[in-house]
Amino acid sequence: MTAVDTPVVPWTGVVGRPLPRVEAAAKVTGAIAYADDLQLPGMLFCKLLRSPHPHARVVSVDTTAARAMRGVVAVLTGHDLPTKYGIMPTCEDEQALEHEKVRFVGDPVAAVAAVDEETALAACRAIQVEYQPLAAVESIEDALAPPDGEPLHDYAGPGNVHRLAALEFGDVEAGFARADHVREDVFFFEGNTHLPMEQHSATAQASDGQVTLWSSTQNPHYVHRALAKVLGLPMGSVRVVAAPLGGGFGGKCDPFSHEIAVCKLALVTGRPVKCTLTREEVFYTHRGRHPTLMWVRTGVDREGHILAMHFRSVLDGGAYGSYGPASMLYTGALQPTTYRIPAYRFEGARVFTSKAPCGPKRGHGTPQPRFALEVHLDKIAEELGIDPVTLRRRNYVEPFTRTVNWLRVTSCGLQQITDRVLDASGYARRRRRLGHGMGFAVSSYMCGAGLSIYWNTLPHSQCVVTAGRGGVTVFCGATDIGQGSDSMLATVAAEELGLQPGAIRLVTGDTGLTPVDLGSYSSRVTFMAGNAAREAAAKLRQLLVEAVAEAEGRSPEQVQVRDARIGSLGFEEAVALAEERFGTLATHGSYTPPAGIGGRYKGAGVGPSPAYSYSAAVVELDADPVTGEIDVHKVWLAHDIGRAINELAVRGQVEGGVCMGLGEALMEAQAYRHGLVKQPSMLDYKSLTFLEMPDVETILVETVDPEGPYGAKEVGQGPLLPVIPAVVSAVHDALGVWVDEVPVTPDKVLRALEARARGRDARYGPKSFPVVPYPPLVKVAPPDAAAPTL
Amino acid sequence: MLRLPPFSFLRARDVAEAAGLLAEHGDQAMLVAGGTDLVPKMKRGQLTPTLLVGVGHLAELGHVSASDRGVEIGAGVTLARVAADARLGAAYPGYVQAAASVSSPALRNAGTIGGNLCVDTRCNYYDMSFEWRQALGFCMKKDGDVCRVAPASTYCRAIASSDTAPVAIALGATVVLVGPGGQRRELAAADLYQDDGRCYLTKQPGEVVESLRLPPPGGWRSAYVKVRRRHAIDFPLGGAAVALATTGPIIEACRIVLTAVGPRPLDVSAAAEPLVGRPLAEVLGGDVGLLAEVAAAAVKPAKPLDNADLHYVWRKQMTRRAVEQAIRQAARQPAPHGAPAATFGADAAGGAKRG
Repeated sequence: MTAVDTPVVPWTGVVGRPLPRVEAAAKVTGAIAYADDLQLPGMLFCKLLRSPHPHARVVSVDTTAARAMRGVVAVLTGHDLPTKYGIMPTCEDEQALEHEKVRFVGDPVAAVAAVDEETALAACRAIQVEYQPLAAVESIEDALAPPDGEPLHDYAGPGNVHRLAALEFGDVEAGFARADHVREDVFFFEGNTHLPMEQHSATAQASDGQVTLWSSTQNPHYVHRALAKVLGLPMGSVRVVAAPLGGGFGGKCDPFSHEIAVCKLALVTGRPVKCTLTREEVFYTHRGRHPTLMWVRTGVDREGHILAMHFRSVLDGGAYGSYGPASMLYTGALQPTTYRIPAYRFEGARVFTSKAPCGPKRGHGTPQPRFALEVHLDKIAEELGIDPVTLRRRNYVEPFTRTVNWLRVTSCGLQQITDRVLDASGYARRRRRLGHGMGFAVSSYMCGAGLSIYWNTLPHSQCVVTAGRGGVTVFCGATDIGQGSDSMLATVAAEELGLQPGAIRLVTGDTGLTPVDLGSYSSRVTFMAGNAAREAAAKLRQLLVEAVAEAEGRSPEQVQVRDARIGSLGFEEAVALAEERFGTLATHGSYTPPAGIGGRYKGAGVGPSPAYSYSAAVVELDADPVTGEIDVHKVWLAHDIGRAINELAVRGQVEGGVCMGLGEALMEAQAYRHGLVKQPSMLDYKSLTFLEMPDVETILVETVDPEGPYGAKEVGQGPLLPVIPAVVSAVHDALGVWVDEVPVTPDKVLRALEARARGRDARYGPKSFPVVPYPPLVKVAPPDAAAPTL
Repeated sequence: MLRLPPFSFLRARDVAEAAGLLAEHGDQAMLVAGGTDLVPKMKRGQLTPTLLVGVGHLAELGHVSASDRGVEIGAGVTLARVAADARLGAAYPGYVQAAASVSSPALRNAGTIGGNLCVDTRCNYYDMSFEWRQALGFCMKKDGDVCRVAPASTYCRAIASSDTAPVAIALGATVVLVGPGGQRRELAAADLYQDDGRCYLTKQPGEVVESLRLPPPGGWRSAYVKVRRRHAIDFPLGGAAVALATTGPIIEACRIVLTAVGPRPLDVSAAAEPLVGRPLAEVLGGDVGLLAEVAAAAVKPAKPLDNADLHYVWRKQMTRRAVEQAIRQAARQPAPHGAPAATFGADAAGGAKRG
C-alpha cells in the first residue's frame, strides 16, 4: 500500500504518474544490450593477472612464455601504463597495472589480449612474476600501529594513515559542561560490497589513434578524464559510452584497471578488446562500504535536547585512495541534517590496509554514522526514560534553516514522515513481548553533491533537446544505472512538451555525443539532470508555442501544450512550423548548484547539497532468544521525496534500498582472512534472498522542494539509511540486548545474551576506540551564533 | 566470466559401462548426472576431470520401487522428485525433508539423490577459485599437503555437506554399488563414508552408486533439521537426522546422525540411550531436561571448525538445538501402522511410472 500526499500543484501531464519505466520492456524481454552483450568483429578477450600477495614488491615480470603462446596477441605490464590516476585529484595513487608494488590480493599486475578467454587465462598463468612479500596491514589497529617495514603508500601518513580531519563547530566543551547527561558509545560497522547482478564489463575499439570504450560505468565523464590522462591522449580522442547497467550502487563509479587495459590493448593490437570480470574479480574491484569504527559522545539536558556532540570515526580504506577522503568526511557531515546540534566536533581518519579498496556504496560514508547515531540516541532515551521518538522530535531540524556545520537545509519533512510511519506501523501501540520487537530510526541524504569530484567550472549537468522530423531527442550525459534516470529525463521532457515519455528518444551517458553530466553518484541525477532537462525542454516548448501563436495570431499564453498538441496543431505540425520559423530546433539547459549552500572551511566541500531527502523507518521482527536468529516481518518506510516524478519508480527505489539495508543490517560482510577476501562468491557472500525479504510499506511524503525539478528530491540512497539502526533497535526491543556491530548475525545476538546472563554489559560490540593521531581541531564559527542556541 | 575447462564427455550405455569407464580412467574420470556441484567446482579448478561420464539419462537409475524389503530409489532420481513424492513423504518423512532442503528449486530439479549422497565435502578454504587457493597456498584436499583450517591435522577437515546422507544412515539404509564388471554389492549407507574430507567415500574408484535402499518404514518415525543462514539456498552448517522406533507409547530405539560437523556424517546414536524405554509423552510432554541431556551428549563428539559460515561455536549450539527439534518432530509424527511396505509398494510403483 502506498499513500501519496495530495500534490500542492495539480498536474495534468505525466509528472507524478506511476508509469512503467521507459526501458522496462527491453529489460524484461532480454532485448537490452548490457556491456558484456557487445560483440565486435575480430574482438579479442582480455584477462588480468592479479597479485596473490596482500603486500609485496614486484621484483620482475617475465611475459616471455605468455607472449609465445598461440592465440595470444598482446601482453601489457605496468611499464606500458605507468601514469597514476585516481578518482580524487588529492590521491591519484592507482596504476592500471602495478609494476612496483602490489597492495592487496587481487591487485592487477598484467593484462593479456588473446583470441578467447581460455587462452588469455592460460597466458596469465604463464606470466612469471617475482614478488618480495612485505608485511600485510590487515586491520585498522595494524594500520594505526607503526608500520612493520614500509607503509603501503609513500604519500600521506603517518605510517598507513591516509587522511585525517578534525573540525569543531561551536563550543563543544561548554555544551558538555552544561549538559545534565553525557553518554559515550563505541560502534563498528563491518565493510560490505555492492553485489550488482552484472559483473563489470568493458570493450574498447581503436582506430587512427582514437579510442572508444563501452563500459558498465556509472560515471562516463570521470572515466573519460582518467583514460585521456593514462593513455596520454587528448580528451577529444577518447569516447566513453556507458552501457545499460545491471546495477551499480556505487561500485562502478571509479575508473578501473580493466577499462584502461582494454583501451590500451585495443590501441596496441588494432582490434576490439573485451574484458568481463568474474564474480570473484568484482569482489577485488570492490570500492564498497568502508569498515568503520566509531565513538560518539553526546551531552543532553533533562528533556533530551542535544547540547553538544563529539563524533570520531576511523575508516578501513583498503589499499587505495578511491573516494576515501570524501567517504571519511561523510562519516561526520550529515549528523546535523536531522538533529539540531548546537555544538559539534568531528574527528575522522581513513587508513590504508592491504585489502581491496573501499569507496562509495549507496549512502556513501553515511550509513555507518547513521547506525551509530540512531542507536546512540536510543540508548540516551532509554537512560533518560524518554520515548525514543519523542527525544528525536525534540531535536529535529526545521525546514529552511542552516546546520551548525553550515549546510543549508530547505524542504524537510521529518515531522511528517515520523507521523506517517508511526501511524502506519502502530509503533507507539506495540505490544511488548520477549522475542518480538519494533525499532524506529530516521535519516537524511543529499540530492547531489554540491561540488564536483575535481575542481572545475562546468555546470554539473547539461542537456540538449532537439526536435525535428525524427521526433524529440534528449541528449544528456546522465547514466541510467537501473535507478530510472532515463525514465526521469523522458518524463521531464514529455511533461514540458505535452507528450508521453515513450515519445522521447534518449541519447545518454556518451561522452562523444552528449554534454557532460557528472555521473550517477551522490543521488544527483534527478535533481541536477532533471533541472537541466527541464530548462532545455521548456526552451523548446517556448519555441513551439511562439511559432504556433504567431501562425494563429494569438498570444503565447493562450497556446496550450498538452496531449501531443501545441495549440490547435498536432505536435509534429508544430515542430515543422517552428523549424521553418527558427531553423534547427535545438535547445539546451544546465544545472549548477547554488553558491552558499555550504561553509568555507577546509572539508566544507563534503556535505553541501541543494536539498536533502528524509527517511523514517519502522522495522518489526522476531529475534529468537535461543538461536539469535532474526526474522524481519515488515518494514514501514516513509520518505520525503519532495515530489515523486514517477511514483512507481520511486517505490522501486525505496524497496530496493530497504532490501539492501536489511542485507547490511543482518548478513553482508566483505571480511578477510589471511589477507584474502573470505567470501568471494554469491553463495558465500550472504545477502537477502526473496525468502528473507519482508513486506515493505512505502509511504511517500511530498514536501515540494523549491529548487528540485517539479519539487523532486532523491530516493536512490536515502531509504537505505534508517533501516540498519531500526533493525538494531528492534532487536533490542525484542531481547533487551544491544548489538553495537553491524551485521547483526545470530552468533553476535547470542553472545550479547550470554554476556547479559553472566552479569556483564548486555551488549555485543567493540570494547574501545583506538588512539588516533587526529590533527589539532579546526574551529569553525557556526553560521549564526544566535540561531541554534537553546 | 569463469570458464569451464575443456573435457571429454561420454554418455554411458548402462551403469556397468559407466563403472568400467571410471575404472579405466581412474582419477581423470568423474560421473555427471545433475552436475550442480560438479560444474562450478570444475570452473574453480577444485575438481579437474578430463572425462565426464554421463549417467543422468539412464533409466535404470531413475526408478522408485517398493517391495516388502523396503523402497529402492535409483541414484538418478532428482531431489525434486523425491521432495514431491507424497508416499515417500508419508513413509520416510525425514528423508524427504532432507531432499527438499537441498539448495534451491532449480538445482533440485537437476540434482540427484545419488549426487547428494556423494556430494563433495565443503570447506571455505577449499571452495574457492584456483587463483584464490594458490594465493593462500593450496590445501591437502586439492593440490597441497596441509590442512588450512587445522594446520596440525593429518587428515582433511572439509565438512560432510549432504542433507540426505544422515537421514539415510539413521534409517538404516543401504546403497547398491555397481563395479566395472557389472558386479553389485550392497553397503550400509553409514559405511559409505569415512573421516577424511579428501577421500570421504569408501567406494572403489570404479564403483557407481546405483541406488539407495530404505528399509521398510515399519515402526520408524524420522525427521531432519538443518542449520543454515538462508533457507532458500545454503548448504548445511550443521544438522540432525533422527529416526525413532516405538512399541505402543514406548520408545524402542532412537538413532541420531549429525551432518556438517566433520568430514563424515556423525552417528551419535549412543547419546539417545536415555530415551530408550521411556514413553513418547515424556519427550513430547516437555521433559526438557531429558531432551537437553540427549542433545548435549549427541553434539559432544562434534568438532566444527572455522571453515564454514558463521561462528563454529554457534554452529555447534544450533546443531544441539537441531537434535532436540528433530527428536520432537519425529515423536510428534503419527505412529507408523502395520505392513507399511506393502501398502507403500503398490502406490510407489504408480508414482514411479508417472515419473
